[in-house]
Amino acid sequence: MFRWILGGREAQGSVEKSPVLCIGEEQPKNWFTELQVLKGHFDIVRFLVQIDDFRCASAGDDGLILVWNIETGERLQELRGHSQQITAITTFTCNNGVLSHMLLITASSDKSLSLWDPDTGNRVQTISDLQSSVKCLLVLERLCVWVSGGGELCVWSRDFQLQCQRQNHSDTGVIALIELPKNCIAAAMDKEIMIYRLTVSTDSSLSMSEIRCLSDHQDQIRALININDGLFASGSHAGELILWDAVDWNILAYEHILWEESQSPAQAEIRMGAPKPSEMSIQHLTTNGKLILAAVGSGLYVYSILTKTVVAYRKVAHDSNVLHTMLLSDSELMSCSEDGSVRMWEIQDLPLPAEPASPGFFGMWTFGRSNKQSGPSSKKAAEVPHIRTLELTGDLIGHSGAVQMFVSFKENGLVTCSADHLLILWKNGERQSHLRSLALFQKLEENGGL
Amino acid sequence: MIGSPDLVAFTKEDEYGHPNPDPWGIPEEFSVPLHPLADFNPWAKTSYAKFTKDFILISEFSEQVGPQPLLTIPDDPKVCGTFDLNYFSLRIMSVDYQASFVGHPPGSGYPRLSFVEDSRVVLGDSKEGAFAYVHHLTLYDLEARGFVRPFCMAYVSADERKIMLQFEELSLRFSQASECLKAGNRRAFAKELQRKLRDLEYTHSVLQKEEGLQREAGPQTMYSAHAVEKANELANVEKSIYEHRDLLKQISLYHHRPRRDPHAVTCQKCMNECLSECEELLEKYAKLANPISYNNKGRNVGEERDQVDDFGGEEEVDDDGVKRRPSYTPQLIKAKSAKCFDKRLKTLQELCDETFYQATVRLLKETEKSFRGDLCYLHTRRLDKMLRRKQQVTNFLFEEELGEDDENEWGNLRPFCAVNHVVDNCTILNPPPIVLGPDPHELDSLEPPDLLDLASEISHTQELGVVESHLESSPSDQTLETQESSEETKGSLSSGKSGRSQTTRQQNQTPDPDSDLTPDRDHNTDLERESSSEEMETTAGEEEGDSGGDQTPVSLLEVVPELAGDRDSDCEGATDGACELQSDLLVPLDTACCMSQEGFLYEASPPEAVSHLDHSSNPQSCDTLVVNQEPQALLPLQDDYAVGSPCSESPTAGLELPVGSLGDTISRTSIEEGSDCTMSVSTGSERAASPLGYGRGVTLRQRKKAGQGALRFVRQYPFAMQALWCLLSGRTLVVLGSDEGRVRRLVAALALFVPGPGKCGERVQAWLSCPFTLTDLQRWKLVGLQRVASPVGSSMLYSLSRYSRYISILDADQKTLRCPPYCGQLLANIATHRTYIRRGSTYFLHLQSTLCRLAAKAFLFTFTHHLHLPVSSTEGPEVVEGRRRCFLQEQLGLGEEDSLILLYLSQLITQHYLQPATGGGAAASYFNFDYTTSVLYKI
Repeated sequence: MFRWILGGREAQGSVEKSPVLCIGEEQPKNWFTELQVLKGHFDIVRFLVQIDDFRCASAGDDGLILVWNIETGERLQELRGHSQQITAITTFTCNNGVLSHMLLITASSDKSLSLWDPDTGNRVQTISDLQSSVKCLLVLERLCVWVSGGGELCVWSRDFQLQCQRQNHSDTGVIALIELPKNCIAAAMDKEIMIYRLTVSTDSSLSMSEIRCLSDHQDQIRALININDGLFASGSHAGELILWDAVDWNILAYEHILWEESQSPAQAEIRMGAPKPSEMSIQHLTTNGKLILAAVGSGLYVYSILTKTVVAYRKVAHDSNVLHTMLLSDSELMSCSEDGSVRMWEIQDLPLPAEPASPGFFGMWTFGRSNKQSGPSSKKAAEVPHIRTLELTGDLIGHSGAVQMFVSFKENGLVTCSADHLLILWKNGERQSHLRSLALFQKLEENGGL
Repeated sequence: MIGSPDLVAFTKEDEYGHPNPDPWGIPEEFSVPLHPLADFNPWAKTSYAKFTKDFILISEFSEQVGPQPLLTIPDDPKVCGTFDLNYFSLRIMSVDYQASFVGHPPGSGYPRLSFVEDSRVVLGDSKEGAFAYVHHLTLYDLEARGFVRPFCMAYVSADERKIMLQFEELSLRFSQASECLKAGNRRAFAKELQRKLRDLEYTHSVLQKEEGLQREAGPQTMYSAHAVEKANELANVEKSIYEHRDLLKQISLYHHRPRRDPHAVTCQKCMNECLSECEELLEKYAKLANPISYNNKGRNVGEERDQVDDFGGEEEVDDDGVKRRPSYTPQLIKAKSAKCFDKRLKTLQELCDETFYQATVRLLKETEKSFRGDLCYLHTRRLDKMLRRKQQVTNFLFEEELGEDDENEWGNLRPFCAVNHVVDNCTILNPPPIVLGPDPHELDSLEPPDLLDLASEISHTQELGVVESHLESSPSDQTLETQESSEETKGSLSSGKSGRSQTTRQQNQTPDPDSDLTPDRDHNTDLERESSSEEMETTAGEEEGDSGGDQTPVSLLEVVPELAGDRDSDCEGATDGACELQSDLLVPLDTACCMSQEGFLYEASPPEAVSHLDHSSNPQSCDTLVVNQEPQALLPLQDDYAVGSPCSESPTAGLELPVGSLGDTISRTSIEEGSDCTMSVSTGSERAASPLGYGRGVTLRQRKKAGQGALRFVRQYPFAMQALWCLLSGRTLVVLGSDEGRVRRLVAALALFVPGPGKCGERVQAWLSCPFTLTDLQRWKLVGLQRVASPVGSSMLYSLSRYSRYISILDADQKTLRCPPYCGQLLANIATHRTYIRRGSTYFLHLQSTLCRLAAKAFLFTFTHHLHLPVSSTEGPEVVEGRRRCFLQEQLGLGEEDSLILLYLSQLITQHYLQPATGGGAAASYFNFDYTTSVLYKI
């Protein structure tokens, strides 16, 4: 497309570099027509957390936590205190009688934990001199405690008192924590998922006991999520997706996502050789209770919990690894990647769902890239008659580095954070212009005319 | 008056039987004559003047040589041409019918300073073809006759109407200048008085010592002739001391005097400072004049010290033991004053403190600048400004910024202050009635009857003002009478014959208004006699007392640095707002170079205007030329373009537009532009170096030049319309090219089309040679980008392709434009390459009118409630949307793409209107875009 700028030689190179489909500049379904660049960080911004309907906090490798008003784009607070990069951040609701107050807990590589008040910008509590840096945080609202996971697993009370602690055997430490029914928590470490139960003894002291160790994954676990009260899921570096029963911790389904591809390496080797582990690593999992969206390498897979099958997928959805995904609705999803773009997808029914795969047919829905995938896909399509397709409906280009994460504020917009130190606030231009018109006439009325 | 038949008394003309001319009528020169004469020349009336353009003349009525010109502004011999300044000075000085001198008022024994209000007179000399507004003022000079030196400042023009109709403003501006001069003069005068008082006191002490010696020598010599002479001398010196002290008091009372002059606007702070200093001085000399006070001290301090050494010593020891140079060494005053013609009179610079003098000259230069052009031009410019001031909401889009001097002109008139005290006392004064331009409010009703009313009203007020000023400026009886007596006093003082006892008696008898001093005086003389034996030590004590109380005189002598320090501290200490205000005020000080540039520019403009007139007078020739001209025929010119006009040899000439023109105008324009080039280079470079730093934004002249570039662009590129559409609809346009000069020129030309370019063109980046980022997109709407072949270049191209959806790219080298397709009609009349417009300035005006119309539409659209918000609660957003579309398409007749322009302008207006509410810089700015495909346009 840019051959005229780039000159012939360069142009070919760039075309070859992007085998991914390109939507072009016309995107009628993309309503993000206004953007605001939020500057403030000095290093990679890795985390975003929504505080309430109009605020969000961002944290990154510079150790800063910034609180933003996403309606105006103003920076509300700057929470300084950590000397090293932030490794985990979560919100923490503090219920003191009538008012519920939102606080932030952060963990940093400087082996400290802090509690912040985003309204005032004060550091309310802080714990330093931990044995290891914390990698994940989990708030258990029911028990009024919170759990930090890293080299060891610690349970803390609301006022930052250590309740109990448990050393880990593995080197990697806890990388993910979820809450399970019956006061249980699941912690993913290396290739295992450990189930712990918290018990409150009569003198109201907490104790933590290891109940079960689930070691069905072949490789390191990368993602662990709750699906609903009865189910949770985990994904591994080798592309295994396992659905677990949340109560008795049995495997309900096992899906090895790139299994077919590795079975037929001949086709894949045409260009890329055997898939590298990173290309089938499950980077991120999200769910809305009915579907699980897995970011596998640079591809996206939609897995139906009901049918326990992959209902739609796109093996190469981005130029590079997908870092974060979200299901906006049953048919719309969004993903961001190291290539610096955010893409919006729609799960669409195939025009002719019953028709067996034909080259033309596959050529259409994977347009713009080589049909190396058609073999396994046709096999899959034959097996699963209701497979649907992921259609790109729009992309957001603005960041010049990897987009680490995004948070959607529904119609108010979308915040993305990136390795280029920036946050971008994407909004609906029409809605914003309407809001501004409202403000204009309001001001006009206040001023009593021009 | 006084034998000048052409002197125009500024009174109601009716009284003299002349009809009051309608100030709104077209000046005679511009009306179409019913029976045109064969050789009728509209400029005939003013053409026989011997000077080329208006100037300001400052002259003095020197007591030695009579009237003489001192200075003209602009200070250029070419301006006056063969005009006889000496003769004209004589004329204007001869009408000063209130020249007044100082002397003893009938009841008092001291010479009086006359506080004369300035007088304003309009004067004409039909033979010379010169008319002048003449502003007389008097400055104080201790050495001058009657302590006053008459001066006058005159605005000399060949057009009488111009002066008559601008009388109020001229009067106002010259009053400011006059006040400035007088303020400086009072300071200088006080300083001079101080020096003189010291001299007198020193003389007094020396005389006293001599007298004492004589008295000690023996009573028999008491009545010798020599002793009598000495005593007389001493008495004279004492009298002189009292007189000077009284003068000091008078000058310090200056500010308490009620000013009847409505234009006499002084800086309150300056006034207060001057006042307090004078009072301190007065206090000090009241004390010092008492010999006892230092006699006693003198005894205590240094009995053996030789007074001469003390006075002549290079250094003196302070109380703190710090050695420093004495600020002033008193001198012995000769009993006989020098002959009037022997002494050198002080120059104007010396009379007024240098700072104040410079400030006045600056003020007058500004005045001269603001009155350039003929009456018609001034009138339209003023109307234009007033209209624009009414459109605050949309002005920012395409109009140039109104300079702050314009604000000063009428809006909030501040007292002029040479040392910029104005921040503190920003008292907003009532603007005087405007003769030419009606008040902004009155402009609302631009209807003939109202106009007439307005005119008569204005002339009425004007006439009132005149009467008033006549009253004020009429010579007072007192001064006329005192003139004689003052001369008498002077005579007696110099002759030194009057006896001492006589003088004292006289003093006692006179009902002195400053009687608080007189009893002291008597008391003092008694004490003095008693202590006369100790007079040897007097001088030492005096010296001591002097150095102790030296602080004040020093501060007075070093007024300027102190004030400067004041100003600095003000700026630091005051709120930001005040600082901003001040910096605004300081701007004109820094633009001395600009002023000279513009002077040059001004000279260049008349031929252009004339040639322009020529063109419009025979449009047929234009016609044929344009028709013959094919766009391809411009190709040779493009080479010219690339190589650059003469000015682009300079590396800084980037912003300069090449104005080698089309067809037969080439030679003429290139000459013009050549003349312009040299001086605009510096502004260009300034702007190029720091796009934000060039202060007052793009000047009108620069914009007109850009108009030439824009016209060239429109004629050269068939896709100009698309490029303009991109700019007007808010899509960032990147001009890509390898030749910096060409890119800069294109950017400068296209900058005309950037809506809301910011005060200093912040939304435009003329030249960028690093990769492009998203934040740049947010900031800039027009960017010149360097095309380079290095790896940097490829990353730059990568960033371009990455953000391609937000930008349009104009490739200056390959002459292509990549942007969304546009085929609307809205811009057809400003962006057709077959335009009949051939001159840049014409095109610029054409452009302005089109853009102005667009802005008006956008204003209407923005502030029409039902186009944005539902009328009733039952209406959904779709109804509003439909209504908006209907308005845009059917009422304004805009297509889908043209609507985008209006939507963008409306968005800018909304943003601009809401800006103060959101608090400005706190929130990041946003930008809007569309997801549309782009196409590539080629030439």
